[in-house]
Parts: sequence; C-alpha cells; structure tokens
Amino acid sequence: MSKQLLVGIAALALCAGAMAQKSAADGIAEYRKMLEDGNPADLFEAKGEDLWKTKRGPKNASLEACDLGQGPGVVKGAFVTLPRYFADTQKVQDLESRLVTCMATLQGFDAAEIAKTPFGRGEMANVTALATWVAAMSRGMRFNLPQSNAQERASYEVGKRAFFYRAGSHDFSCASCHGEDGKRIRLQDLPNLTKNPGDGIGFAAWPAYRVSNGQMWSMQLRLNDCYRQQRFPYPGFGSEVTIALGTYMGVNAKGAESIAPSIKR
Amino acid sequence: MNIKLRLILGCTFVGALLAGCATAPSPAELDAQAQKAIKSSFRDQSFVKTSWLDQDLGLSACSSDQAPDQATADRIMAEALNTVKWPTGGQYLGDWRAGERLAQSGRGMTWTDKSTDPKENGGNCYNCHQIDKKEISYGTIGPSLWNYGKNRGVNELSSPAFAPIAQYTWVKLWNAKAYSACSNMPRFGHKNLLNEQQLRDIMALLLDPKSPVNQ
Amino acid sequence: MADPMRIRAQAAGDKTTVRVLMSHEMETGQRKDSAGKVIPAWFIQEVTAAHNGKTVLTADWGPSIAKNPFMQFVVKGAKAGDKISISWVDNKGDKRTDEATVS
Repeated sequence: MSKQLLVGIAALALCAGAMAQKSAADGIAEYRKMLEDGNPADLFEAKGEDLWKTKRGPKNASLEACDLGQGPGVVKGAFVTLPRYFADTQKVQDLESRLVTCMATLQGFDAAEIAKTPFGRGEMANVTALATWVAAMSRGMRFNLPQSNAQERASYEVGKRAFFYRAGSHDFSCASCHGEDGKRIRLQDLPNLTKNPGDGIGFAAWPAYRVSNGQMWSMQLRLNDCYRQQRFPYPGFGSEVTIALGTYMGVNAKGAESIAPSIKR
Repeated sequence: MNIKLRLILGCTFVGALLAGCATAPSPAELDAQAQKAIKSSFRDQSFVKTSWLDQDLGLSACSSDQAPDQATADRIMAEALNTVKWPTGGQYLGDWRAGERLAQSGRGMTWTDKSTDPKENGGNCYNCHQIDKKEISYGTIGPSLWNYGKNRGVNELSSPAFAPIAQYTWVKLWNAKAYSACSNMPRFGHKNLLNEQQLRDIMALLLDPKSPVNQ
Repeated sequence: MADPMRIRAQAAGDKTTVRVLMSHEMETGQRKDSAGKVIPAWFIQEVTAAHNGKTVLTADWGPSIAKNPFMQFVVKGAKAGDKISISWVDNKGDKRTDEATVS
C-alpha cells in the first residue's frame, strides 16, 4: 500500500476516533430516544391500574379509597406531591410506603411482610406496579411537594444531611456523584440533585424501566441500588432515610416536569 | 388603636413568636435527628455491616456542603499521611497490563460481591477518570490522567523526576486525604481495598514510560 | 396465563400504525443462574396479527428478540372502529391473544 494511502487511512481512523469521542454521549442519547416508544413500563402501568381497582387481600377490598395525600381515591396529581406528611400515620411517607399503608389498612395485608419481600417478588412486585401507575397518572405535571408542616421540613433537613453523609469502604456519599454540575460516571451523566436538575431528570424520571436488566425500578429500588454501589449496608424499604432523601430531592425538584415512568438503559 | 386591641395584638404576636421558637428545631437538633435516622435505617447485608456507617474525622468533617475549617483540614491531612505504608523494597511499579484491568474493574465491597479480599476488587478508576485515551467510556468526576507520567517529566525510570512523583502518586492511591482533606477518591491502601501488588500495577499504568497512558 | 399485551392502533388516512407491547421473559436459554445452572429457553416463537379476523402479519421469532418485546407495523386499508388482534405462541406452547380497536 502506498505511503500516502496509509497516512490517509491513519488520519481517517484518528478522525473517527475523535468523532466517536465527541459523539459517544450523543449516540447514546439518540438510542435512548428510540427506546421511548414502546416503553415496557406500560405493561406495569396496566398491571398497577388493575391492582388498584381489584378487590384483594384478607379484607377483600380494592385500593380505591386509598389516600395518597390529595384525599381518598384521588390519584391524579398525587405523585408530584410526595413524600408528604400524613395525619393518620403521623409520619412523612413516600409513594411506596403509603401504598403499603393502604394495602395494610384497606386490604388487610401485613405491612412488615411486604417490606421484607425482595424487590420484584410477591406483593413487593405489586407495590412497584401500583407505584408505576400512580406515577403515570401525574405524567407531565410539575413537582410541588408541601413543606407546610414541621415534620415535612424536618424530613427535608434530614434528607439533606443523609445526602452528604460519607461512609462505607469507599467513603462515598450521594453527593460524591450527585453533588456537582456536569459530571458523569463512565458515560452516564449524573444529575446534580442538590438543586433542580431540570424536567424529567433525576427524581422526575423514576419509577423507570431499565432495559439492561428488563426490570421495573421504583424510587425505593433506585435508592437501594445506589446504596449498594456506595458500599453502604442495606437500606430498609420505606426507612426514614430513604423517605427523607425523597423529600430532599422532591423539594429541590420543585417545578420540574415529571416524565415517570420513563425508560433507562 | 385602643389599649385593649393593642394588648390582644401584642399577646398574639408574642404567642406566635413563642410557638415559632418552640416548633422549629435547631441545626444541632436536626443533626441529631439525622444521625438517629441514619443509624436506624440500615441493616447488615452479607459482609457489609452497619458499623460501616461509622465515620472517622476525615468523613464526619466532610459530610456537608460546607468545607471544614483549615485547622480541621490540616489535621485530617496529617493523620492521613501518617497512615501510608510504603511498598516493600521500595518497588513502586508493577505490570501496567494488570493495572489497566484493575482500572477497568468496578468490582468489590458491595453486598453482592463475594468477599472483602482485595484480590476480588477492582480500582473503579475509569468510573471517575480518563486514563488511556483509547478508552472512550470514562468518567469526569476526577481529572484526566492521560499522559500522567509523561506530563510530569517521567521519560525513563532512571529520570530524577521519577522518585518524587512516584511517592506522591503512591500516597494519593494509599490515602488521598493526605493531600486533600475531603477528597472524593477512595482510600485504596488505608481501607484495604487493593493490595500492594495491585497498587503497584496501577502505579505502572500511570508512570511506566512504556504504559499506553504515556504514549 | 401471561400478562395482557398493550396494543395501540391509530389510523392516519389509508394507513393504520399498530404498536404492540408484549409481556414475556424471552429467555434465550444461554444464561446461567447464580448456581451455574442454565436457565431454560422460554420465548415467543410465532406472532400473528389479524385485521377484522383476516391475518395480515405472521412472524417467526427466536431467542434474539428482547424481553418485553415491542413491535410496530402498518396496515393498509384499516379504519377507525376496525378490530386488530395480536396472538402469540411460545416454545412451551403457552399462548395469548389480545384485541384493540383502531382509533
């Protein structure tokens, strides 16, 4: 092969390398856009809607009287105001822990049993499906968590402190990855969760269907896996820290548009 | 305004003030609430214990959006420098090929990993850093390490530039807090995440003039 | 029986776009569980689509089709109110049929 041709090919290869470098993130964004049509989260939404309306459990009742913060049975708009304080349980609760409360009080299920059930199994899988549908009912609405009572405000402050809490073998906190603008881990962009990261980003994108493992992930599972990768011990389902983090992120995301349930890699 | 009305308004104002003071917790109270919440929200899983939530000074002082004061930062750095164990026989470099494998691996120390043996662990390096330019899947949480040795004048191992930079890099890998009190970088030596040979291999990836990183 | 499919059928002039989301594990038969045992193959093998009872599409699928597969196709000559039905049969002989109305 002639010297010129070799140089030409080398230059082209370098060019392609440089272009691949610049557009790797763009290429992935394109791929993700293509995945949005036919989001399998749709299947979980359908299942969740069915579970809400079906009489189940020892009390053979539906969840149609469940109060998600806007009054019994009001589902539309509930997702974007959670976590919030509930007078009947005297606690700040997120969507999933509130669904479990309703499953226990209205349907007679054992809340502690559900909390112990691994994600994706048994009644826990039903909680995820319900959460997916409830989130879908607020799609396009903007986050507006109440901070009108002392416990809600305390939950925000506890969440903030938990967010910055460094521990585990690797000294990570949530802030290690999510505390600054414009960072990424490998090629995965990291939203800055100490403030509003924008429409459909961060707190506004979960529950989400993860294509890589074919699983529907709720916020509780997202936090659980964050903590696993942070080399923390296991966070309890619906534990105070997980709910407080939801309050922190949700209040920070005030005004951001929810696209949940979305689709992720 | 008549006296009765003023009295009522005055009492109401004071009442509201008192009520406000009574219900709003102080930052110290919120810190305590958060500590309690953190201690009670986690459980052991596999070899990852709730004791892993305990913090040394370097962690507790760096767990907010405010940096620690200079005196605290100095103390953290001094204590961290003191933890460094130098490589046996003064041998700083290993095999850069093994170093690249370690840099690519994000395994280890999670509750789904097999054990805490460093042999099973990776360095997680590409998660945060660019290293070899051939690898396009790199993170930006830490600075680029491309041409690390070359940029610091290490053209041959016999170069006088080598010794000081080798020591600096070893300390950084062993306990990054020695140079930056709130460094985001895991303390690979001090926390026994990587063993001496693994650290040597990563050193070679960064400093060996033959490493692809220095081409 | 498997979970229901989600079918959307929208007419635009002479062409109707049908979008189907099927709920299925689509196990390739090549994966191993944590104990090292092969997870048996379990995937949709035949797909049929019908417009007002008349077959308009048949497909033979294999293990390379993803979990919870999404399929999209265009039917000519369908109009609002017509029935679209999708059926699948998997390698275990399990089957499912769901119907939607063109909007």
